[in-house]
Amino acid sequence: MKSYDVIIIGGGVIGSMTARSLSRFDLKVLLIEKESDIGSGASSANSAIIHAGHDPVPGTLKAEMNSLANPMWDQVSVDLGIPFRRSGAYIVTIDEDCSCLDGLMQRSKQNGVRAEVISGEEMLKREPHVNPAVQGALYTPTGGMVDPFAAVIAPLENAIANGVEVLTDTAFTGFIMDGDTIKGIHTNRGDFGCRWAVNAAGVDCDDVMHAANVRPDFTITPRRGEYYILDKSEIQIDNILFPVPNENSKGILVLGSTHGNAVVGPNSNLVPGKNDTAVTGAGLNEIWAGAQKLVPSINTRGIIATFAGMRATGNARSLNVDYSHDFLIEIAKEVKGLVNLGGIESPGLTAAPAIAERVVELLKDAGEKLTEKKDYNPIRKQRPRFNHMTRAEQAALVAKDARYGRIVCRCEMITEGEIVAEIHGPIPARTYDAIKRRTWLGTGRCLGSFDMPRVVDILARELNISPLEVTKKGAGSEFLFRPTKETEA
Amino acid sequence: MTHKDRYDVVVIGSGPGGLAAAIAAKQNGAQDVLIIERDIEPGGILLQCIHNGFGMETFKEDLPGPSYAQRFIDQAMQAKVEFLLDTMVLEITRDKRILASSRKHGFLEIQAKSVILAMGCRERTRAQVRLPGTRPAGVYTAGTAQRWVNVEGYMPGKNFVILGSGDIGMIMARRLTFEGAKVERVLEVMPYLSGLTRNYVQCLMDYDIELQLKHTVKNIIGKNRVEAIESVAVDDKWAPIPGTEEIIPCDTLLLSVGLIPENELSRQAGVIIDPITAGPFVDDGFQTNIPGIFSAGNVVHVYDLVDWVSEAGLIAGKAAAVLAQKGKLDETPTIPVKAADNVRYVVPQALHPDHLADGPIPLQMRVTKPIEKPVWVEVRSGEELIARKAEPYARPGEMVTVTLKPEHLDKVKASSELRIAVVER
Repeated sequence: MKSYDVIIIGGGVIGSMTARSLSRFDLKVLLIEKESDIGSGASSANSAIIHAGHDPVPGTLKAEMNSLANPMWDQVSVDLGIPFRRSGAYIVTIDEDCSCLDGLMQRSKQNGVRAEVISGEEMLKREPHVNPAVQGALYTPTGGMVDPFAAVIAPLENAIANGVEVLTDTAFTGFIMDGDTIKGIHTNRGDFGCRWAVNAAGVDCDDVMHAANVRPDFTITPRRGEYYILDKSEIQIDNILFPVPNENSKGILVLGSTHGNAVVGPNSNLVPGKNDTAVTGAGLNEIWAGAQKLVPSINTRGIIATFAGMRATGNARSLNVDYSHDFLIEIAKEVKGLVNLGGIESPGLTAAPAIAERVVELLKDAGEKLTEKKDYNPIRKQRPRFNHMTRAEQAALVAKDARYGRIVCRCEMITEGEIVAEIHGPIPARTYDAIKRRTWLGTGRCLGSFDMPRVVDILARELNISPLEVTKKGAGSEFLFRPTKETEA
Repeated sequence: MTHKDRYDVVVIGSGPGGLAAAIAAKQNGAQDVLIIERDIEPGGILLQCIHNGFGMETFKEDLPGPSYAQRFIDQAMQAKVEFLLDTMVLEITRDKRILASSRKHGFLEIQAKSVILAMGCRERTRAQVRLPGTRPAGVYTAGTAQRWVNVEGYMPGKNFVILGSGDIGMIMARRLTFEGAKVERVLEVMPYLSGLTRNYVQCLMDYDIELQLKHTVKNIIGKNRVEAIESVAVDDKWAPIPGTEEIIPCDTLLLSVGLIPENELSRQAGVIIDPITAGPFVDDGFQTNIPGIFSAGNVVHVYDLVDWVSEAGLIAGKAAAVLAQKGKLDETPTIPVKAADNVRYVVPQALHPDHLADGPIPLQMRVTKPIEKPVWVEVRSGEELIARKAEPYARPGEMVTVTLKPEHLDKVKASSELRIAVVER
């Protein structure tokens, strides 16, 4: 049985950032992901915001982690080459009296978040698309937007460069216990030994805990959020616009993205299944109505995509304040060798780098002697991105490698060179969706209908498989069934 | 083929609009004409349209798509039109500089006297019709499926449901049936067909494929691959009627829910787009608001027949060649052409009355609502009737044309605007 110091269960943003933090030390680390690619759960479908931290209840882990992590993103994004823009964020009042911002202002102060109230007139100046009936807004200058896919892929690539191993298509099925001590894990691909298991299983984190008879009362109650993406040629929003929040969520927002397209959503609805990320007619109507309140000029003509993601809402109580949906960041008390990262819903993406560092502290506190690697390199080498370059840089790239001259995705201007580089990258992109998350190919207005047959061809060629074996997102999602002219009997 | 960095006329796209425009530009005196095509061979979407039905008007023959395209490709080659294949245009500037990129030719910068936009159109997607459900493999536009089956030689499914009665969808229903697949159903949200009646007869009726009007997809079911769709009937306001839901097991949902002119390059260049057609505002020579930038074919508005695309290409190519040679603009006045009763849009949106002296000007339109009775297509200036044409009926799925002739010159010149209506006879 292959053995590790630490096995991380789950390849979302939390697992990925944790892997990177642990890769600083002389530890043998494995990360397993049950899907065919990392970052395919909640990390692939969220608002992509680096929250300022105005919203979490003061005194909670959510508030603490948010405030710790927010400033980390400047360095993390530069080191790892993650598109990130500190655009600032606005909580906008339309129908409500401006005085409702006072409570938020107070909360921002308690959380140590810079905030100021601006007039409706000033808000309109800063974002002309906002509802002209705007009364005022709370401005938080430290809010920002990030490329949510790169936020998962980049740290894990860096972790791999620093020695971490990654297995996809590998599902946790149980713990190997020796009395109350974790000795390893069972997976669909065999057993792996470990001294520490880090539970970063997202919506499934409760099942992982329960497999070790830990925290039987902890449960995830998944809440689905649905979204629209709007064509950048129809509407350009450079800001993050929140409504005044309610009890359950920060409300339905309208925001720009590092990618240029405006995003609308999410709602927040309880669903029976953890994997039920279908979009619904009612849900889409709900977010559209919510968004129109903030930005009345959005037009259904501009819709280029819909998606839904699942929040891993837990029931962990805060230690110091009365709040029952807090993050759970702990070394389990019932067994030896388990770190729980549970109930990591929003602001989980923001908090990820701080949560990862907290895992390091928890291990140290538990007596792990962590020695820093001498050759640790925090910098991830970036691969060329044709559509982020100046014309001169593009010309030079094409002259060097002609494959960057062929545009495969016309809406997002993604080249064959980039696709091939991702297929053979540190975390190989072996499916259409994996290429999509790494390059943003197929996310534009034609939703891949132009590039899809071409990408299937390239994947088949580069992986030396038949086009019939190429999948959208792993086994069972093949695009094609058989060659033509072989009519089934 | 080597290329130069200066041309009289550069055409973006080698589909039927672009090919015809390039040929016409040559025939009308342009010296150097270049077509830039992103695919590895010329012909555009016609290359995947292996069914017949092309060329009845142009050649009085019933041709498959690739054969129709080849006739124009041959003409273009004979006329010494140059081609840059496997090359994507990245940008067109107002002063008609073109930036392009290619695996074979590298990074290119080309200066044109006239540019003709002929990028065609793209298909509407599931997001644009706001289809709920999961996002598995097996939801494709009809055109993507058509490429797989007809060009790549692969079947993208076994049991199909097709949403939308557009022409490509109906043609694919037949094609997939030939290939041994089962097409369970074609659903159309409108109370009428959105494609041509002849395709309904030849592609659906002849193969016993059921068409359900006033029905849509309520849900797509399946995690990795489509497992079923849930259909639902809709009322007159397209609202789903509770209790009419039906689960239809299938592994593929094809979408044939409309086409949108592809104008991203045009917008970048500063070309103003008509929100109704989603194509540029054009005059009778298909010139856009930017002098020297013309447009041809489905990039202007989506045509029913390829023959009409070619015809539009010929008009645009001629106008572009004339401008490239003269080097100065046509400064004769223009008047607007407006959509009136039961007309959704008219192309061109403006015309030069003086041009009527040189020949007829066709006005093409789509009606707002179907009229299943004899109609007049009327061209009026104020209350005065200038021209009219009789049609047996008018349907949104079928384009209507009325042609202004040289004999209308005086009346049109005296008008401040023309209004086009389609009314019951």
